[in-house]
Amino acid sequence: MTPMTWAEIQPLLWQASIETGYMVAVSSALTAVGGLLLGVLLVLTGRGGLLATRPVNLVLGILINIGRSLPFIILLVAIIPFTRALVGTTIGTEAAIVPLTVAAIPFFARIVETAIREVDRDVIAAARAMGASRTEIVFKVLLREARPGLVAGLTITVIALIGYSAMAGTVGGGGLGDLAIRYGYQRFENTVMVATVVLLVVFVQLIQSLGDLIVRWLSRK
Amino acid sequence: MIQIEGLRKAYHSRGRTVLAVDGVDLEVRQGEVYGVLGRSGAGKSTLLRCVNLLERPDAGSVTVDGVDLTALPERRLRRQRQRIGMIHQHFALLSSRTAAGNVAFPLEVMGVPRRERAQRVAELLDLVGLGDRAHAYPAQLSGGQKQRVGIARALAGRPTVLLSDEATSALDPETTTSILDLLRDLSQRLGLTILLITHEMEVVKRICDSAAVMREGRVIEAGRVRDLLARPGSALGQEIFRLGTPPDLPDTTIVDVTLTDDAVGQSFVADLVRRYDVDASILAGTIETLADGQVGRLRIALPGSAEANAAPLRHLRDAGLSVEVAR
Repeated sequence: MTPMTWAEIQPLLWQASIETGYMVAVSSALTAVGGLLLGVLLVLTGRGGLLATRPVNLVLGILINIGRSLPFIILLVAIIPFTRALVGTTIGTEAAIVPLTVAAIPFFARIVETAIREVDRDVIAAARAMGASRTEIVFKVLLREARPGLVAGLTITVIALIGYSAMAGTVGGGGLGDLAIRYGYQRFENTVMVATVVLLVVFVQLIQSLGDLIVRWLSRK
Repeated sequence: MIQIEGLRKAYHSRGRTVLAVDGVDLEVRQGEVYGVLGRSGAGKSTLLRCVNLLERPDAGSVTVDGVDLTALPERRLRRQRQRIGMIHQHFALLSSRTAAGNVAFPLEVMGVPRRERAQRVAELLDLVGLGDRAHAYPAQLSGGQKQRVGIARALAGRPTVLLSDEATSALDPETTTSILDLLRDLSQRLGLTILLITHEMEVVKRICDSAAVMREGRVIEAGRVRDLLARPGSALGQEIFRLGTPPDLPDTTIVDVTLTDDAVGQSFVADLVRRYDVDASILAGTIETLADGQVGRLRIALPGSAEANAAPLRHLRDAGLSVEVAR
């Protein structure tokens, strides 16, 4: 068997990049919303929070820990019935987005929690002293002051999602990781292997730089 | 302007109960600067946070400007808080907003329209002398400037009362002086009532009309600063006039003489020496400048026993001085 030519490889790389980009973009967007919501809820219901309710906080914490402790490849398989119920299929890119999002939300939620806890307690007290309502404190103080940490955390999450998406190949999700395994590893196409690795490195590098740039712009400390 | 009655607040942590405020009554009159002095852990911070109900007291009532805050439901309490300004030790500014943005925050909360807001922010920054730093972020400002932003923000709702939580404790002495002068000036110009807590004697000396000394959750003395200082045995007096323990001199009477305004600058010692022919000598002394005048305390040694010195001591008392035999 002769090695594949560059002309044969190129469309594969292009296709795989689009699949990875699609999976990561959609699951990142969903994760951003879900993780933010869960993270804020975690802080608000936590000890000394604005809506301190221990039982709710406990349940949230346990759910998040379960999500965090499952290895992605197992979670992928474990939630197949859920995936089918949600998108009607268990194979393909759409089907991969479900477990990716389910895995990333608890991960990001913890990061959101930490970022919000970093907000100066005095500043929260000051806002209360000025007569701000809870909603105003969440949106105008907590989320706003935590922005640099939230963006830095989202950057980490997106990069983790790129890593997870490589495993999405097992459910036919496609993407660069899948390409590297099927062609680069199983068919000994070294060029494909090297090309996907280079592409992944470039993607991660770009996302990290973009994230850093935004963080620097947001934090005027 | 502020009435605190029977205020009590305990904290529970790890099964232990700490009584932070243990039955405090306090009355702050309209337009005065009232200082609560105490070491850290004396409960003064909790006391202050109970005034705008950042902490809900376990017992007692807090009335500000005629409104009993402890009886208000949440929504009305929030509205009432907008009429009570507060400044903080570490400034508590939003790092993601400029100086102008920080001052605008309470106005947004109050629902002031955008145009009016901009105008009011400019006014307030001018008032604290920061008109030219409106677009600077807190990180670009010095400590003193940050506190000025904090003061401008606290005044946004045209409050009648300003609460100050160790507002100068994080500042160097020079900046402290300028912030204290600003507060004094604002209280006079705007008729603002200021309740401040501090562990710094300097603050009480420089701007307070009245003061309370707190220890272990209780107020051990309270009143007008000059009255407190003139009173022998006052804890505040001992803090301000650090004369130490009187030396043990044989056959000598040692007296501490406290002087208020009129007495400062009078030649009562020379007078005493001339009139009674006693070899009075000064052992220690200090004269302090307060917000509204001067006070001092002199430690004088007179040869002979207290009985032998009855006449000169009576003379001092008759001259309107507060005299205490220290040994």
